[in-house]
Amino acid sequence: MDLNLIWFLLVGVLIIGYAILDGFDLGVGVIHLFTKDESEKRIQMNAIGPVWDGNEVWLLTGGGALFAAFPIVYATVFSGFYIAFILLLAALIFRAVSFEFRGKVNSIRWKKLWDIAFGLGSLLPSILFGVAIGNILRGIPIDENGNFIGSFVDLLNPYSILIGLLSLSMFTLHGAIYLTTKSEGELRDRMIKLISKIWTIFVLLYVVATFFSIFEAPYLFDRILNNPLFWILFILLLGSVLYLPVVVKSAKFFLSFILSSITIASVIGLTAVSLFPRLVPSNINLNYSLTIYNSSSTERTLFTMLIIALIGMPIVIAYTIFIYRVFKGKVEITKESY
Amino acid sequence: MDVVLLSRIQFAMTIGFHFIFPPISIGLAWLLVIVEALGWKKKDEVYVKIGKFFGKILALTFAVGVASGIVMEFQFGTNWAQYSKFVGDIFGAPLAAEGVFAFFLESGFLGLYLFGRNKVSKGVHWFAILMVAIGATISAFWIIVAGSWMQTPAGYIIQNGRAELTDFWAAVFNPSTVIRFFHTFDAALITGSFMMAGVSAYFLVKKRHEVLAKKSMKIAVIFGLVVSLLELFPFGHESGREVAKLQPEKFAAIQGLYTTQSGAPLAVFAIPVMPPPELKAKIEIPNLLSWLAFGDPNAEVKGINEFPQENLPPLFITFVSYHNMVVLGMLFILLTALGSIQLYRNKLWESKKLLRIFIWAIPFPIFACELGWIAAEVGRQPWIVYHVMRTHDAVSTSIVPGDLLFSIILFFLIYLLIGILYIYLLVKEIKHGPENITEREVLS
Repeated sequence: MDLNLIWFLLVGVLIIGYAILDGFDLGVGVIHLFTKDESEKRIQMNAIGPVWDGNEVWLLTGGGALFAAFPIVYATVFSGFYIAFILLLAALIFRAVSFEFRGKVNSIRWKKLWDIAFGLGSLLPSILFGVAIGNILRGIPIDENGNFIGSFVDLLNPYSILIGLLSLSMFTLHGAIYLTTKSEGELRDRMIKLISKIWTIFVLLYVVATFFSIFEAPYLFDRILNNPLFWILFILLLGSVLYLPVVVKSAKFFLSFILSSITIASVIGLTAVSLFPRLVPSNINLNYSLTIYNSSSTERTLFTMLIIALIGMPIVIAYTIFIYRVFKGKVEITKESY
Repeated sequence: MDVVLLSRIQFAMTIGFHFIFPPISIGLAWLLVIVEALGWKKKDEVYVKIGKFFGKILALTFAVGVASGIVMEFQFGTNWAQYSKFVGDIFGAPLAAEGVFAFFLESGFLGLYLFGRNKVSKGVHWFAILMVAIGATISAFWIIVAGSWMQTPAGYIIQNGRAELTDFWAAVFNPSTVIRFFHTFDAALITGSFMMAGVSAYFLVKKRHEVLAKKSMKIAVIFGLVVSLLELFPFGHESGREVAKLQPEKFAAIQGLYTTQSGAPLAVFAIPVMPPPELKAKIEIPNLLSWLAFGDPNAEVKGINEFPQENLPPLFITFVSYHNMVVLGMLFILLTALGSIQLYRNKLWESKKLLRIFIWAIPFPIFACELGWIAAEVGRQPWIVYHVMRTHDAVSTSIVPGDLLFSIILFFLIYLLIGILYIYLLVKEIKHGPENITEREVLS
């Protein structure tokens, strides 16, 4: 296994880690936007209060790792998607401060304002991540020197918007499931109803998106049917998605959270397998695509980074599990709460 | 307006705003490590109260720091794509290491510190704030590694059209990393002490929460004196010597030395004018600059005239920001020394004037941090990587001025709003004080 391949996997793991962890708190944010009851809103915010910040670190670390391992992709995609990224960053800024600001002033208007900031700050990224992935899947205008030569308007196309809605439904589903593990009574009953609705939407969107992909980006399907990894991920996806409603119905909420995490991991895994070895296809000429070989750092850097990851990540995972265990169980509103 | 200038404006604005917050968080986190240790070991509820109160200020500051910092991780890619492609082999690693070794640590344990006081033992709770402080410090270290590499690049060769890593440790511990780290980290400790001292002074002047405020004031003033003295010697002094040795154009610019001379004087005060560059109304101490920079009062120090015009940084802004930083540094020593003397004579609680000055001095270390940063980064111009890559070659080629105007205006408005709200909420939190916490929380 070469280092480029290892880093393709590690960046994938960071993206999956981010999508599973920040995915549920983005989803909770989306649900929050459509919740009216004040005490339910507080439970929702405090369900993610102690952990959302750590979850978002996965995005920052993923960004840093992409920069270190595949700097050409980091530079080309972020500068190419300039306006989209600026909007994403603006949304994340509002989202981050709204936690701390919301509870600080005792006025209904103030709270409403930050509820909206938190809700939109969760909704917009949930869609934009999908839009970005959609654009990468269908290819972006990259010339023979690896430079992006398109414009913002190109990024808004039906296929990418569909993928945006798919990621929105995936995160919302995941968030609703997380809330069932953190709540009781009415809120939980409402979430269970919501789960069955969003589950249907998610499955429909995924099927439509897959067929759309065959027309929009046929190269994604070139070799994957012979790839055992594809079939493993496919079976994982199918199994976790179909088993999910059964588990929710029998009120095994923690298991349902594990299942929706597996769903997210396999959706992203399948996307990665079909892109491989490309990272960003070019829609001018497929040969201009950025791949894990022509856009990477040197072997020395990839190796150094691997050592850093191997030392750092086990420690991170150990104390993250420890912190989650401290805060496990249902949300109790105390004087330290948001 | 061109893309280069607009990109520089945006970068300066976003980093300048972000850099208000981390020094406060780092400083306060270490002070809270001391406070919580005292509370735990002495079993004294007053220290627990101090911890809870300043913990709230830390949480607010940390949140705004995180929010404004998100932009930083991605801005190299969005706005400085050519730079990112050229140095990615070296520059990405410290950013990723910061994520792995620092961000997870500080954010995870801050949650535990703020929300877990009654869920874990006192020892684990203290360990949580210790991890927050260590995490924030490691974060400072890695970002300073990245910044220092741009000032004094090492451990690389130029091949295949980019800078490629040859020696990781040489790049990490490039010639200016260690001294810049201590200089900046100590500045953060000063910032934290002045925050704690100023807030405590406010309570003392208002005669509220006096038992608590006397304890926190004492810690902040003594700690503040130690770190302010260390900032002058050795950290500030060694920082200056490092610049004199490794970046002579920058040294000449910040010192206002426009012609090469032996036995160079130190300009204590002056107004730089140009062209040609000249210092007006100057007060100088003969031979001091040579002695400070090279340990010999007669050593030759290179002036601006030695270097080609196209390699010179802006002269006015570097001189003014550097000198004001030094003046503020001296002021910190003076204030904390006066505070400590009054404390020793047991008269600090009655020295209303001094206490009032401490309240107003809360933002001064932040100004000093910003000025030092301006002197360092503007002093590096016209290079983005000193003597390796010029700033105007570094920007993204796929963005147009219109995109940049949009993002600059958007970030400006967001930061203005968040900045105002931060100050408003900080003042509100301070006025509210450490007591009645339960009562208010029940209301909300």
